[in-house]
Amino acid sequence: MAHSNTNYNLDQKYEFSAGLKKSIFIVLGIGAVILIAGIIAAMFGGHDQGHGDEAGHAFHWYHRLYANIWINNVYFTGIAVIGVFFFAIQYAAQAGWSTPLLRVFLAFGNWLPIAAVLMLVSFFLFNHDLFHWTHSYLFDKTGPEYDPIIDGKGSYFYWPMEKGTFPLFFIVRMVAFFGFWVFFFNKLKTLSFEQDIQGGNEYFYRMRKWSALFLIFFAVSSSIAAWDWVLSIDTHWFSTMFGWYVFASWFVAGLSAITLVTLYLKGQGYLEMVNENHIHDLGKFVFAFSIFWTYIWFSQFLLIYYAHIPEETFYFVERLQSDVYSPYIFVNLGLNFVLPFLVLMTRDAKRLGVFLKLVCSLIILGHWFDFFLMVQPGTLGQNGGFGLMEIGMLLVYASAFAFVLMSNLAKGNLIAKNHPMLEESYHHHI
Amino acid sequence: MQVTSSVRDPLITGGKTLKDVTHDISRQVEGKPSMSWLLAFLVSVGALALGFIALAATLWEGIGMWGLNKTVGWAWDITNFVWWVGIGHAGTLISAVLLLFRQKWRMAINRAAEAMTIFAVICAAIFPIIHMGRPWLGAYWALPLPNTFGSLWVNFNSPLLWDVFAISTYFSVSLVFWYVSLVPDFATIRDRATGIRKSIYGALALGWDGAARTWSRFESVALILAGLATPLVLSVHTIVSFDFATSVIPGWHTTIFPPYFVAGAIFSGFAMVLTLMIVTRKVFHLEDYITIGHIELMNIVIIITGSIVGIAYITEFFMAWYSGVAAEQYAFVNRAFGPYFWAYWTMMTCNVISPQLFWFKKIRTSIVATFILSLVVNIGMWFERFVIIVTSLHRDFLPSSWAMFYPTWADVGVYLFTFGLFFTLFFLFAKFFPVINMFEVKSILKSSSKKVNN
Repeated sequence: MAHSNTNYNLDQKYEFSAGLKKSIFIVLGIGAVILIAGIIAAMFGGHDQGHGDEAGHAFHWYHRLYANIWINNVYFTGIAVIGVFFFAIQYAAQAGWSTPLLRVFLAFGNWLPIAAVLMLVSFFLFNHDLFHWTHSYLFDKTGPEYDPIIDGKGSYFYWPMEKGTFPLFFIVRMVAFFGFWVFFFNKLKTLSFEQDIQGGNEYFYRMRKWSALFLIFFAVSSSIAAWDWVLSIDTHWFSTMFGWYVFASWFVAGLSAITLVTLYLKGQGYLEMVNENHIHDLGKFVFAFSIFWTYIWFSQFLLIYYAHIPEETFYFVERLQSDVYSPYIFVNLGLNFVLPFLVLMTRDAKRLGVFLKLVCSLIILGHWFDFFLMVQPGTLGQNGGFGLMEIGMLLVYASAFAFVLMSNLAKGNLIAKNHPMLEESYHHHI
Repeated sequence: MQVTSSVRDPLITGGKTLKDVTHDISRQVEGKPSMSWLLAFLVSVGALALGFIALAATLWEGIGMWGLNKTVGWAWDITNFVWWVGIGHAGTLISAVLLLFRQKWRMAINRAAEAMTIFAVICAAIFPIIHMGRPWLGAYWALPLPNTFGSLWVNFNSPLLWDVFAISTYFSVSLVFWYVSLVPDFATIRDRATGIRKSIYGALALGWDGAARTWSRFESVALILAGLATPLVLSVHTIVSFDFATSVIPGWHTTIFPPYFVAGAIFSGFAMVLTLMIVTRKVFHLEDYITIGHIELMNIVIIITGSIVGIAYITEFFMAWYSGVAAEQYAFVNRAFGPYFWAYWTMMTCNVISPQLFWFKKIRTSIVATFILSLVVNIGMWFERFVIIVTSLHRDFLPSSWAMFYPTWADVGVYLFTFGLFFTLFFLFAKFFPVINMFEVKSILKSSSKKVNN
């Protein structure tokens, strides 16, 4: 094939500059201060303290903290795994345009081991305050709070243990999903960096095989993870779409984060072979999958609204008829559909960094609201809301995520220099 | 400048030149019909004629000719409708969605796949039209037309009406998209033809002159139509799924239906494209354009969409159990182990298990295996719709009204009629229209062709 006389520096390494580190720590610090302010406000605010909600639990300020941790756990796990997913898709689909960006996608996976620990620890610490089904009295047939519906699905969480004891099946799934995701991530990472040294198309074919295997596993595990970690919060509710709904939300958020990191690196003078055509493609992905998310959101909502079956509608009634949550339903649709749909419609908007930076940042916030709406009503009832604690916690997680991402990006070469499609990507033109 | 990586398989083999492309594809249009074509065409027309008896009987006697009953009010007819609409998805998907993803391999198959789409949608539309009973009055029932029948007006709340809009829009855009891309190729044939053929293809070519300005306008139209076709193709099966999912029938009402129906439609559409293209490439000697590589890629699309459908089946089953709703749980147990268990397991075998064979490279690059599996997938997808429609209806909320559905000869006959129609139209297309998009294939000849002396 043709060899062009390009002078791209293929051995470039990203240097995690002191300036950026400082900025990240400042954001982390601001986030922590806001978070603490939120906690103090909640502790002394006397907000609904001691009052029982419908299920008879007293609400305490720390419940809101736990719910917040869970929102961010699930959300950033998703963004991290989407990086690996998008990386694998490039190999499985034999995409050429994205070759210089592969390492950026891959770097997102570095958050996964941390996410695994955070998820497991917070589940063990806060399970009763997050998941209604963890209460053993629900399964006590003689007790006053026996719940036949939850008892019916109890084995999904507790098998092979007795219902209401230790949720072994649930824990095993969580460990297995993270275990395999991290395993596939490491495998792909090792192969990708070995190719830098060894060269040869052989690595491409091997990575394509591993990518396909990861995609099969992810196709199943992402849906089940969504049922486990999010759907089961509203234990009575069910929706077959839910697995793909969570995936769609993760995917758009991940794509937006990928676009932002790419634009940042370009702004710093790295990835000089990435031009407006590659950026345009990222913009198209964000645009298209924002519409895809909306399609999934709308389909799920419309079918439940139209059929009007009480077993299903209560989920939306709980949110739409709540003064606390109903405004965020419109924030969710505004940030995640109206904004990208209108702003990214034109060709120029997808090619100019300034539009993409704005839209992608707002989408990342928007999909955080999506998870906020999935988690808070089921855990906190009417005691939730978007306040200092939420802002602070999001900033803390986002800056920690950014730190892990950027420091890992700085560890290896930025370009997969022996990838057989690198040459194609230089000439990418749309 | 286009650069193609060394890991990509060539899309055109045999060291073809631009002239070869024109010649190889135009000669089918220009030559005398072959014996095998005539035979196939006659069989199709025969099926059309035989099926017409059933169609005429249905129109004359009414819907009572079918096997429907009070409990199972939708069965064979709507199964066929959804099946044909599903098949109609591949063409637009290939030409519009694969265009957006810059998949160059689409160019060898998009023309025929789009033709197939149009014919399949025509076949699909026949079923709801006949089901009206008196289709000559159907325009008032299906379209919001002002009339003097008092309160007779369409129900805008009904997904069936949304379907009328969705499918007619989709059909119009697909037809225009397909025809527009035929124009430059008609002009090529016109320029090679003489006499009456020159006049006919000249008229079809709409005065195409190949000027830079003409091409520029052509490109704009094609891009706009591709942009329109993409949301349309996704909307069509979404709304078909709404026909069922907006109800409260267990087995019909489930939120995963829209994307799952779209995936299933692409799955069956690609299977039908494979069935048709494997025959076409053989009969017309197009092995250099529709290569094993093309067949392999289509098989990969089948694995992906088949697996998505499989995940959806499992999700539905799991959620029915997880929901704790007794009616929902019963509907799914009845599907798998009730009186229609054979239909369910046919569906599972054909749609979920057999496409997994394509994970083996040997199988997905074998023409014979692909051809057989493409038929298996289409059988499976017919059974999928039958399972969804009939098993959900036949044992409803009132056990005293439980019933079975048995098709009559008229049910089978009308289905045969649509087969006859589909293949008659397809064979006419294959003979008189260029089956491969010549001008698009030429555009990738330089970058994706395997050179003989290299």
